This record gives sequence, structure tokens and C-alpha cells, in this order.
Amino acid sequence: MDFLNTHLLTTILFFPVFAALLILFIPNEQVKAIRWTALMTSLVPFILTIILWGRFDSTAAGFQFQEQYSWYEAIHSTFHVGVDGLSLSMVLLTTLLTPLAILASFGIADKVKAYMMLFLFLETGMLGVFLAMDLLIFFVFWEIGLVPMYFLINQWGSPKGERELWAGVKVSARNYASLKFMVYTMAGSLGLLLAIQMLGVLFQNYDLAYLTEQWNALDGNASLLGLTVSQVKTVAFWAFVVAFALKVPVWPFHTWLPDAHTEAPTAGSMILAGVLLKLGAYGFLRLVLPLFPAEAQQYAGWMAFLATMAIVFGAFASYGQTDFKRLVAYSSVNHMGFVLLGIAAAATAIGTKEATIALNGAVLQMFNHGLSAAGMFFLVGVIYERTHTRNLEEFGGLFPLVPVYGGILIFTSMASLGLPGLNGFVSEFMVVQGSFPLLPVYTSLSMIGLLFTGAYILKGVRKILHGPLNEHWAHGEHKLTEINGREIIVMAPLMALILFLGLWPMPLLDVINKAMVLLFH
Amino acid sequence: MSIENIIWLIPLPPLLAFFLIVLFTNKNKALSHSVGVFAAFLSFVGSMVVFFRALGIHEFGKEIFASSIEWLPTGTSYLKIGVQIDPISAVVLFFVSITILMIFIYSVGYHNYGQPAGDHDHKGLPPHGATVTDEHGHSHTVLSVEPMYSRFFAFLALFAFGMYTLVVSDNLLTLFVGWEVMGLCSYLLIGFWYAKPSARDAAVKAFMTTRVGDVFMLLGLAYLYSLTGTLGYREIFYNEETLHMLATTAAPLFGMSASGLIALLLFIGTVGKSAQWPLHIWLPDAMEGPTPVSAMIHAATMVSAGVYMVIRIFPLLTADWHHGEPLTTTLTIVAFIGSFTALFAATIALAQNDIKKVLAYSTISQLGFMIAALGIGAYVAAAFHLVTHAFFKALLFLGSGSVIHGMEHGVMHTGDHHVDPQDMKNMGGLAKKMPITFWTFVIGGFALSGFPLVTAGFWSKDEILADAFANGHWAVFATLAIAALMTAFYTMRQITLTFLGEPRTKEAEHASETPWTMTTPLVILSVFAVGYGWVGIPEHFPAIGGLMPNWFHHFVGATLLHEAEALEFAWPPLLTSLVVALGGLGLGWFVYKDYKAGQPDPLEKPLGALYPVLQNKYYFDELYMALFVKPMNWVSEVFTPAMDRNVIDGILHFVSRSALFIGHSLRNYIDKPIINELIGDGSAEVVWKAQAIKVIQTGRAQSYLLGSVSAFLVIVAVLYYFF
Repeated sequence: MDFLNTHLLTTILFFPVFAALLILFIPNEQVKAIRWTALMTSLVPFILTIILWGRFDSTAAGFQFQEQYSWYEAIHSTFHVGVDGLSLSMVLLTTLLTPLAILASFGIADKVKAYMMLFLFLETGMLGVFLAMDLLIFFVFWEIGLVPMYFLINQWGSPKGERELWAGVKVSARNYASLKFMVYTMAGSLGLLLAIQMLGVLFQNYDLAYLTEQWNALDGNASLLGLTVSQVKTVAFWAFVVAFALKVPVWPFHTWLPDAHTEAPTAGSMILAGVLLKLGAYGFLRLVLPLFPAEAQQYAGWMAFLATMAIVFGAFASYGQTDFKRLVAYSSVNHMGFVLLGIAAAATAIGTKEATIALNGAVLQMFNHGLSAAGMFFLVGVIYERTHTRNLEEFGGLFPLVPVYGGILIFTSMASLGLPGLNGFVSEFMVVQGSFPLLPVYTSLSMIGLLFTGAYILKGVRKILHGPLNEHWAHGEHKLTEINGREIIVMAPLMALILFLGLWPMPLLDVINKAMVLLFH
Repeated sequence: MSIENIIWLIPLPPLLAFFLIVLFTNKNKALSHSVGVFAAFLSFVGSMVVFFRALGIHEFGKEIFASSIEWLPTGTSYLKIGVQIDPISAVVLFFVSITILMIFIYSVGYHNYGQPAGDHDHKGLPPHGATVTDEHGHSHTVLSVEPMYSRFFAFLALFAFGMYTLVVSDNLLTLFVGWEVMGLCSYLLIGFWYAKPSARDAAVKAFMTTRVGDVFMLLGLAYLYSLTGTLGYREIFYNEETLHMLATTAAPLFGMSASGLIALLLFIGTVGKSAQWPLHIWLPDAMEGPTPVSAMIHAATMVSAGVYMVIRIFPLLTADWHHGEPLTTTLTIVAFIGSFTALFAATIALAQNDIKKVLAYSTISQLGFMIAALGIGAYVAAAFHLVTHAFFKALLFLGSGSVIHGMEHGVMHTGDHHVDPQDMKNMGGLAKKMPITFWTFVIGGFALSGFPLVTAGFWSKDEILADAFANGHWAVFATLAIAALMTAFYTMRQITLTFLGEPRTKEAEHASETPWTMTTPLVILSVFAVGYGWVGIPEHFPAIGGLMPNWFHHFVGATLLHEAEALEFAWPPLLTSLVVALGGLGLGWFVYKDYKAGQPDPLEKPLGALYPVLQNKYYFDELYMALFVKPMNWVSEVFTPAMDRNVIDGILHFVSRSALFIGHSLRNYIDKPIINELIGDGSAEVVWKAQAIKVIQTGRAQSYLLGSVSAFLVIVAVLYYFF
């Protein structure tokens, strides 16, 4: 136990890799053993996170449970990890969703071993980003997470479908989607890397806390790389913003998301929406706001504009879909728009009460969206697995056939819609509450998106469950079967948390709130 | 247990009942309704305890029951939520708990508990009846039990939770929570028979229309919080300083004060929830819901929530206004929308034949009365009408349900399923068949019409008219008077068509009275539809004024910082009330008493071209379809996908293609001719060609894309470097 006490974070971080290596030694044909090993081992980081949560002191400033090891001495980069309230909530989200995603993947029959290993690698990649306190480490994990996801989409994605690029040239949809996902993120990473390199070269160090302090202490008019410091900062600011905006994704960089989601396997979508999108928002909070407070304030209007566009057009686009999974995918654009809106609003007046409320809302929205989006994608998967179609026009009238599934779908949909009493409302309310006094026009415009959130959610429910009994799925070989026990177990923790956080958000929000107050004052 | 703890507990039993039914008892009908009714009963008892404790407190209003906890951390402080019972919430709690308990009991009978399961009944559709064989070997069709019986009670319980939450809240945030939970329940209950496309669409329409109001309300909440740092009633509405600050702060729009703009934003929420013009369109469609029970909870209870909220924010609404001054912009808007809606909905009700639709429009119209009253500053009158209306409208909706149920019995008997049991033209003469329903319906109808002296509706409606008259709001006064005349007319039309004369169909001949579970609530509610008026008789009323104290005025008036003064008595409004109520009732009876089956409606001729317009609700559905729904569909289904797929992805693909072109050019014009020619030998050439073919065969497009992507990255890198 002594080892655990001193190495809690690295244990959480690398246990999935260890588990993946363990799985490597299970014979390929032992599919059951592979699945169960993956599930059980993925529960370990979750339990450790609970312990971490229990030991975490939310009133203390700065990072806790820090561990630092020499890593790349030549350029003064160290392997430095730690948690504060912001990263802790994201770590919890990640370690919670990964076992659920693995349990959701028990239906996967093809190349199970590779699949499970990739998932575990993915978990380490994501956790690394949240835990990193060194910019280079941050970047390394940022890129590591990309690779497993690429393969998950490319290899286990839906086999059907083609996408026409331009006249006459078609590619398989999952290749297109996986490549688009990869390229988009890479394109963003490029600027990120250059900006990180510049910081590293400038200060001969990559430690986040040190860099933040030094970088902010620079005189705006001093000369740097042939330009003034403020010009350099502006360029670096946008490099960071674009990298993270692509990941969130913010309008107009969002078109990879519906493609990636549509093609990804169910569990892949759960993690993609549940955690990967949060990496972008996390980047804004961890790097952009602390490193570029002045620039963020200066360009907050632009960020708010993009966020509003994401909220409004995300909702419109979602409403216009006939593919259930695309509908849910676009809803992520809509919901994540609120995260950025909160961040943009906070950027205009860091340290004020309104800003803190907006940031609280943004972080809570990240967590809440993780729960509800993962749930929604899973429910899409449940029905897709049975019917092999996601076309809303082919559904309708399924409620009498699958009443339990229907009830769960309505519940999760309502969470996504932001119904008061469920978690989504608390965070959206706080974002609106914090943003309105700071950015009244954009907040008001984003209400159009909020209105249409209702429209697309109800469209989904209406097109799937309601309407005259669907004879096609009612009898014979097409008979739709009810959601099974394993699937209910996947949904149960999500639903319980959705309800709990909707009624009593204090346990989580208190940690977030203190972190926001300590980080941005 | 302290009274505050009881208040905290009031909303809980229905919530627990919801989860119990959904998770455990949904297979057992008897257990499900027992859980539901018991929960409603517990809340009822709690409410009554609180109400009577409140009555016993001297100067209740200054002193109230309140308790709060910290809910959301906001930096260094907390947003608190809590419960509070002050005079207005006490009277609302009183009628809410009674009506909710009645609905639960009534539903047992309405959903045919104890009847056999239907022969062809499906989940999601209304029950169609079951065939039973009696001891003589004759087979009959009888009403069958609702296939989703337990689910109905679960939804009803959740609804009750929402309503109780709203009433016991001490702040606008939890009010909003209850508000939206009820919105969800109304969606679920309107779409209860989800297999009917009309019900499914009506549910979505209701949710979306009210949501239009809700997003404005959310903005109003945000604005209010940003100025005051709280959403608590007591801190804002019972606080001279805060109100003064809000009244003197200028809002950025229309030269309004902050209080005016906030009140307006919140009021738009009410326009949606209480189905006021122009967001009234959802309520009539909501009658798709099963039974008048759900119709009643939307129409008599939930929609009251909208008015209740305006009553709550009344100090904010009038923060920059003093009694006797000209109305502010916000007040004018409120008064206009209220009185316009009152008249507008009443005209539509004239031409409806569906028994529930008439009541739906009459609800919209009566809510308009209350809103108009608030718009002219008649706080107590609005609250009074809210309470009396809830009682008699609940009675009417349950009565109409009883009528429909009786008619369905007739339909089962004749087996002709083409006869619409809700169409009043198919009825007639039901008074003899269903005496309890008839007499209670008459009481409710007369209360709605404002039948003088004995009914509760008379006292509350008269007070609104008197207030409009006394303060010189002539337009409001005249509009409401005409609306009241129409109300009496269409109510008598309804009573005459339904109950009087001879049966116009075989089904009406075979209608029968409904079971005790349904008639008992009718009788109980009719007591309140009459008696509740007596607690608010003005002190200066001729002859009977002053016999009993005007309890309602003093009790509810104490909710505000400054209690409104009682009005001087004046004859003109009283005479107007008498004339419109009696005149409308008499006229309604006179016009419809000889109506025979198959005749055109007697109103068709005098109204001429206007009649179809009224029947089609002024074509608002069609107008909104063309103005909002269609364009929004276009934006969602055509414009946005085009933007994403053609413009954004188009640019992306163009970049890929350009990069590809550059790559190809480099290979074909530099690589091949120059490098290969200069340094390549024959064998290398062969290898290269073989590789080229292989590349093409393994999926040309992918490699194109890969090539283009790499090139794209190079371009981006170059751009970064130079700029």
C-alpha cells in the first residue's frame, strides 16, 4: 500500500497499459476471458480514482499527488503529473466511462484482443492529458490518444457506407471518417506543437506551472523572435485555440465529428463523445486561459461567436438528420458549444463571480455531457445492434415492443435536453447564468439553440418510439428484442449519476468550484 | 415535526410513488394505483396541516414558513434553494392538493379499473372494449381496462411532484424545475396514447411551444440573478431596496427599467405555459391526452402555474409603477395579451363541437382574465380567480370526462365505433341518464359563467371587472365584459347540447352514469365551485357584504409588502356582471334548446364567413406552420447540411484535391521526367511501375487522400512558419 500512496496517479495512469499487456498473453480464442479481464482490470483505475477522490483536499491550492521523474533531460522536460479539482473530475469521468464502454463492447466478436487492448491504451492516453503537468508530456499523451481511436473507427467501424469526396471519387465511409478524424486533430496538433516548442525553447523548460508564471511575466512590448511579445502571444494563442477548438469541436471545425461518430463502434462513440471531446475543452481551461488571459479576453467575442454558431447550428443540423447516430453526434456539437460559451464568457472577466459561475457551468457541462452523450450513443448502439439500421424513417412505433428500452431512452434524452431535475440543466443553467451578464447578446442568441435542443431530442423520441405499432420489427426474424441485462447494467450507473447530479450537484460542483476559484482569481 | 420539515416533505411522496411504480409495481394495477393514491393522500394531508397552521398565525405574510439550504456553489457564495409558504402559496397549496387527490381517485374509475382486459387492446392506444358473456349466454361489449394503467399513475405522480415543487418553492429556480417537470409530464400524458399520430404530434407541439416561452424565462432568470445575486422570492419581492434598485436600473432595450424587462421575459414564459396568445396553440391539441384527467391537469392545474408565477413576480412587474398611474410598457403588454386572449379564445370556443375543446378554449380565455387583471394591477382579484377557476374548471373537465365515459358506454352498446363520443352534436338528453354528472356540470358551468351570488366564479370575475372599472381601464373592462358574455353563452350552449333536449343518437340513449370513483370527486369539487366564492365577498357589497369578512383579500393581500386597499363598491361593474352572465346563459339556452340532429349550427347563419374562421381557430396552426415550422425545417434539413457538407467539407476536399494535384504534378513533371530519366536505370523503372500499379489497386482514393493530407499539412506548416 505504501507504493500506492506515493504512486497513486501513475498507477491510475499506467494500469490500463499493464492490463493491455496482460491481455496480450491470453490466447486469441479465449474471447470470454479477454472480455472479462479487460472489464475487471478497467475497474481498477476507477476504484483508485474513487480513493483519490476521497483523499483529495479540494481546499488546497495547486496540484496534489504530484509525481515527478526525469524524462527528457536534454530539453528539461520531466515526467510530471498531478491533479487539481479540474483534472480530478475529468479523470473520474474517464475511469468511469471506460469500464462501461468495455462492458458495452461485449458484443464485439471480431479481433477482440486487439480491440480491448486499444481501448485500454486509449484510456491511458486520455488520462495522461488530464494528469500532465508538463507541456511536452501533455502533447505526447494528446497524440497517443489519437492512434487507438483511429484504429477503432477504421477497423471496427460500421462496414457499410461510402462517402463521395468529389465528382466520381468515393471512399469507404469508415476510412474517410477515421482519416478525417486523424487529419483534423493532426492539423491542430501542428500549431500546438510549434507553440509548445516555442515556449520550451524560450524558457528552457516545459513545466506548466513554471511556464505560466514566466510567460505571463513577459513585458508585452519586449521583442521576441523579431516580433513584439504580444504579437507572438497572439499567434501562439490562436495556435492553441485552433488545436483545442478542432477537438471540442467548435463550429466550423466540427464536420469530422458526425462522420467519426457515425462510423465508430458504439463504445468508440461513447468514449469519443464522453471523454475525447473534453480534451479540447480541458485544453482551453488548463492552457489557454492561464497562459493567455489577455488574448483570451481580447478575442473572447470571437470565441463566443463560434460557440454560439456551434450551439445554434449544431442544434439545427441535429434536427435535420435522419440517421439516429448523426443526430446524437450533432447534439454533441450543440452541447459542447455551451462549454466554450462559458469559457469565452469567463475570459472576458476572469476572477469575477460571473466568470466563476460560467466556468463552474462549463466544467460541469463537460462532465454531464460525458454522461448523457455516452448514454445516448450506447442506446443508439443497442438498437443498431438489433436492427442493423440507424435510419429514423425505418423506426417508429417501437415503444410497445421495447418498453424498458423506451423508458431508458426517454430518460437519457431528457438529460440531454437539459430537463431540470437532471444533470444537464444544472450546468446549462450555470453557463447561461454566468454568461448572460458578460456576453448578453451571444447568450441570448444561443437560446435559439437551446430551443432546438428540444426539437431534435423530441424528434428522436418521436421517430423511434412513438407512432403506430411497427409491424416490421414486431414479428418473425426481425422481432426486436428488449434491452438485456448487460445493457441495463451499462446504463444504470449513468442514469443514477444523471439523476443524482441533477438533484444534488454539490459533491461534484463543490470540487469544481473550489478549483475554479483557485485557478482563476 | 416542525412545519418547515413538513413543507420539505410535501412533494416527496408523489416522487417516490413515481419511482416505485416505474421500478417495482408496474405489473400490478391495484398496487400501482394504491401507491399513487396513497402518495397523493399523504401530500394532501401535509398540505392541509400546513394550510391550517398558516391560518392560525397572526399577520401571516410578515411572518412566513421558510427554510433553505445551499445548493449551487457560485465562487465564494452559494445559490440557495428552499421551501416557503406565504399566504399566496398557502391558498394555492390548498386547491392544488385537493384537485390532485381528486384526479388520482377519479383516474381509477376513468381507466376502467376492475373491467376485463380488452380483446384487441394495444399499448399506446385507447382501450376498445372487451366482450363478456353473462350467465344467460348473451355476450356484451363492455369498457375494458387501460392497457398502460400503471404507467398512467406513474406519470400522474410525477406531475404531482412537479406541481408541489413549484408551489412550495421559495425561489424562481426551483419554481422553474417544477415548471419543467410538469412540462415533461404534460408531454408524456398528451402523448400517452403514443400510437395515435395525432397524440404524438400534439405532445411535441405542446413541449416545443411552451419551450419557446421557457427559454425567454431562462434569460429573465439570468438577468434577475445578475442584478440581485439571488432568485429567492423574499429577498427580491419582499424587499423594498432591491425592488427600488431594479426599478431604477435602466435596461438596454426599449427604454425599459430592468424590472420591466425582467418581468417581461419571465412573462413570456407564462404566455407559453398558460397558453396565452400568441403561444396558445398547444392547449387545444393537448386534449389528445387520454381522458379529461390529463386534460384537466394541463388545463386546470399546470396552466395555473403560469399565472401563479406572474402573481409571484407581481412586485417586480409593478416595481416602477404606482397604483393609479398610467400603465408601464410591460404592464400594458400584460394587460393587452390577457384581455385579448380572453376575448379571442372565447370566440373560438363558440364554434367548437368537441366537449373537451370548448373547455380548453374556455381555459385559455379564463387565464386571460387573470393575466389581464394582473396587467392592471388587480393582484388579489387575479389570485382569487385563479383559485375559483381551478375548482370549477377541474370540475368541468372531470364532468366532461364523465360524459365521454358515459357516451363510450353507449358506443360499446351499439358497437358503432364511428360515433365520436366527444362530439356534443352526438349527445343530448344526457341529464336523465347521468344525473350526478349533469347537476355537477351545471354547477361548474354556472360558476364559469359567473352566475350571480351563489357561484364562486361570479365573485372572482366580478372583482376583476370592478377593478378594471374603478381604475378606468375602459378597454380592458369592455373586452373582458364581452368575453364574459361569450363565456356564459358557450357554456350554456355546451350544457344544452350535452344534457338537455332529446338524445340525438342511439349512443346517447344508452349512455349511463359513471362509477362512484368518478362521481365522488365531482360532488366534492362542486362544493368548492360554489362555496369558495364566499370567502372573498367584498365588504361593501349591497345586502350581503360584510356578513362574512373578506377573508381572501386580507389573507392573500398580506403576501405583498403593501396590501392593496379594498375597492369602493360601484354599481356599473356589478350590473355588467349580472347582465353578461344571465344574458349569456339565457341566450345560449334559447338558441340551442331546439337543436336537432343533423341541423347546421344555429350560429353558422348569423356569423356567416366568420364561422369557418372560428372553427379553424383563425388558422393560427396553418400560419405558424408557414411562418416558423417550414422555414426552420428548411434551415435544418437543407441549409445546414449544405453548409456542412458542401461549404465546410467542400473547402476541405478542395484543399485535399489541390494538394493532390500538386503532388501529382511534382511526380509527373519533375520526379518522372527529370529524376528518373537522369539517374534511373531500366530495372528501377520496372520496380517503380509495379509499385505504382499496386498503389492504384489497393484503393486509389485512399492514397489520394493520404497524399493530399500530407500535402495539406505541409501547406499549413508553411503558413504557420511565414505568418
